[in-house]
Amino acid sequence: MIDFINSIVVLLNFVIIPGLSYGSQLALGALGVTFVYAVLRFANFAHGELMSFGAMITILFTWFFQSQNIGLGLLPTAIIALPFGILATIILGLLSDKFVFKYYRKQKSVPVVLAMVSIGVMFVVNAIIRIVVGTETIKFSDGQKFIMKAKQFKAMTGLNEGLALKSSQVITILITILLLTFTFWFLQKTKTGKSMRAFSDNEDLALLSGINPDRVVFITWLIVGTLACVAGTLYGLDKSYKPIIYLNLVLPVFASAIVGGIGSPFGAVVGGYVIAFSEIMVTYAYKKFFKYLLPESLEPSSLVQLLSTDYKFAVSFTILVIVLLIRPSGIFKGKVL
Amino acid sequence: MKFDKYEWTAISIMVSLFILVGFIQGWSVSLVILNMCIISAIMTMGVNISWGYAGVINFGVMGFLAMGGLAAVLVSYPPIKEAWQVGGSGLGISFILLIVLVTAVFFITKLVEKKSHKYWLNGLVILFGLIIIRYFFLNATAKIEEVDPALAGFLGGANLPIIFSWVVGGFFAGGVAFVIGKVALGLRSDYLAIVTLGISEIVVSVLKHEEWLSRGVKNVIGLKRPVPYEINLQNSEWFINIVTWFNSSKLNNIIDPEKKQEVLTNLIIDGSGIFVKLNYALLFFIVMIVIYYFANKAQISPWGRMMRAIRDNEVSANAMGKDIVKQHLIIFVIGAAIVGVAGAMLVTLDGLFTPSGYRPLRFTFIIWIMVIVGGSGNNLGAIFGGFVIWFAWIEVAPLTTFLIEVFTSGMDPQNAIRLHLLDSVPYFRYLLMGMVLLLILRYRPKGIIPEKVRHS
Repeated sequence: MIDFINSIVVLLNFVIIPGLSYGSQLALGALGVTFVYAVLRFANFAHGELMSFGAMITILFTWFFQSQNIGLGLLPTAIIALPFGILATIILGLLSDKFVFKYYRKQKSVPVVLAMVSIGVMFVVNAIIRIVVGTETIKFSDGQKFIMKAKQFKAMTGLNEGLALKSSQVITILITILLLTFTFWFLQKTKTGKSMRAFSDNEDLALLSGINPDRVVFITWLIVGTLACVAGTLYGLDKSYKPIIYLNLVLPVFASAIVGGIGSPFGAVVGGYVIAFSEIMVTYAYKKFFKYLLPESLEPSSLVQLLSTDYKFAVSFTILVIVLLIRPSGIFKGKVL
Repeated sequence: MKFDKYEWTAISIMVSLFILVGFIQGWSVSLVILNMCIISAIMTMGVNISWGYAGVINFGVMGFLAMGGLAAVLVSYPPIKEAWQVGGSGLGISFILLIVLVTAVFFITKLVEKKSHKYWLNGLVILFGLIIIRYFFLNATAKIEEVDPALAGFLGGANLPIIFSWVVGGFFAGGVAFVIGKVALGLRSDYLAIVTLGISEIVVSVLKHEEWLSRGVKNVIGLKRPVPYEINLQNSEWFINIVTWFNSSKLNNIIDPEKKQEVLTNLIIDGSGIFVKLNYALLFFIVMIVIYYFANKAQISPWGRMMRAIRDNEVSANAMGKDIVKQHLIIFVIGAAIVGVAGAMLVTLDGLFTPSGYRPLRFTFIIWIMVIVGGSGNNLGAIFGGFVIWFAWIEVAPLTTFLIEVFTSGMDPQNAIRLHLLDSVPYFRYLLMGMVLLLILRYRPKGIIPEKVRHS
């Protein structure tokens, strides 16, 4: 019995908790992509840079607060800096819409052209970020690093295996729950949310029934900016902030959005967790896990790892390709908010 | 190949830019830029063929370039016999097993009728097949990677002249493109963009981590060259004679024989570098012209017309009985193959293969900016885009430094903002690229040299 609990703890510590926090970050990112896709109708390649930009502004404000000795004690200072980051990200999104995307929307350009345009935006934002903070890795998490250390857990329960709980992971999961609840409540219950859903379902019909498209677009950017900034900051808080990483992150984010069914917010969230868990589960070495479960004679000699961690990245795409082949519309039928 | 006035202007501007750089920064710099420009132009032609002719999006440029690079290694590197001895049989067995597995899956797909059964059966067969193959494969690769890890640790190549790899690289990239195309070409264009982008990442990560094949992140250095080495040139009689003849007026003015010899030695060292680069430029230029010629021929042929018809109106082309899926696959493979040729040339020019150097920003998106800026659907436009953007990519750094110094000239030289800006000069090129792409898409969406509308 103890062995069984030990094995579960191993799994919790190395697979489930990291998977939940990484999945939350992906889900928030994918939700942003989904909103742009459903309302503005294009694949926004600049979304990764939007996340990075939000994280960067949050970091700048964190530094400012740290220099002023303002902090939250046990919690990271980044949390008070986050609203400023969100504001800046929203402004960036609105500016990019006003000066770039709006023109093509009015022209009714095909989605591919808009995707190309978003690549241009990606380059510009990328350059701004690099010019402001360079390309070095930045660690900006402060406060208490662990809520529960592995040693404490061992002492508390008397088990062989420790369970470490990083505060960044808990914060990530809590903020995600909060934000997701709010977003879905907004979409389902408020009038504005309903008008957004109507707009994404059928633009012409929505216009006929008197929905103001500019307002819908404005609110979309509000949501997208918030989601992107929070996702980017949480990712940076959990790992560390590196401007180049976000370009790579855009691919799993897209994969999550598509796997869940692009255009479907619920699908995007599920997709985020699917991608995160499969990345971690496929590349995790299960040796320790089986050590507790199997009798000694059957103990595995190898690492029992399906793929080496080098291929973490490839996993999300393999899943993407498989889903697209078997069920092109994604897990949940997409295209409608 | 008849150019109109506008195209001649574009060409002459480009030529004069290179001459300008030659006089200001030296001919060596100018030739380095030119070589990369030509390679970029070949990449853009590859992308242009699939995107400009048929509207098939290909964001996997980076992956195909890497396949070309792999070809350069596998063709030119001498084989490592020891590695073959220890791991060859294991690799052979796993390869045969893989073929067996593929045939099994093929037959299951053909023979089993019910769809859900098919998926389950295929899934099981693939799972067990992979477990068995993995066993042989990992044993073999582990042994191969143990062979002299500091110098070898991989299978090596075929020890052929590297110039063959340009063709082989095309086949490698085309082969990968065929598989990708079979899987993904039915998707809508923006999905296809994301999928190709992702698959190219997978290709690069395979090259990065399969050390038995490509040496992975340990890189392969010291590849053979298709052109002479500088050191050999400096010692050969005929080359010294040429340099002396070229600079005879300059040398005759120097009376002191000792000083004359010193000047001559310097000239020979400079000259050998330039001569090597010139040789590369010539080789690349020939490849570019050949590809350009055939690409143009194909564009005005009935096949090219059909491609345009498919691009402009897929439904009616389909109604006319054109097999769109097949044609899309063909053009995707051709485009990727040309990119693969460029990839092999790139590695040939560098003389080394560094899988970790393949990054999407530099090797996929910049190439796309080249195509869009130059003019998709027009081969000359694509070449021009490749030249202009690569030229700007290199030359924007000195220009930015100059501009920052002008604008901050009023500031204290140790001013923090000024120093920070000077530190971040390399990043201004991304800003420029983004701005150029946005401006072109807004005000000249067909590119600098747009596609010619043919009424025939």
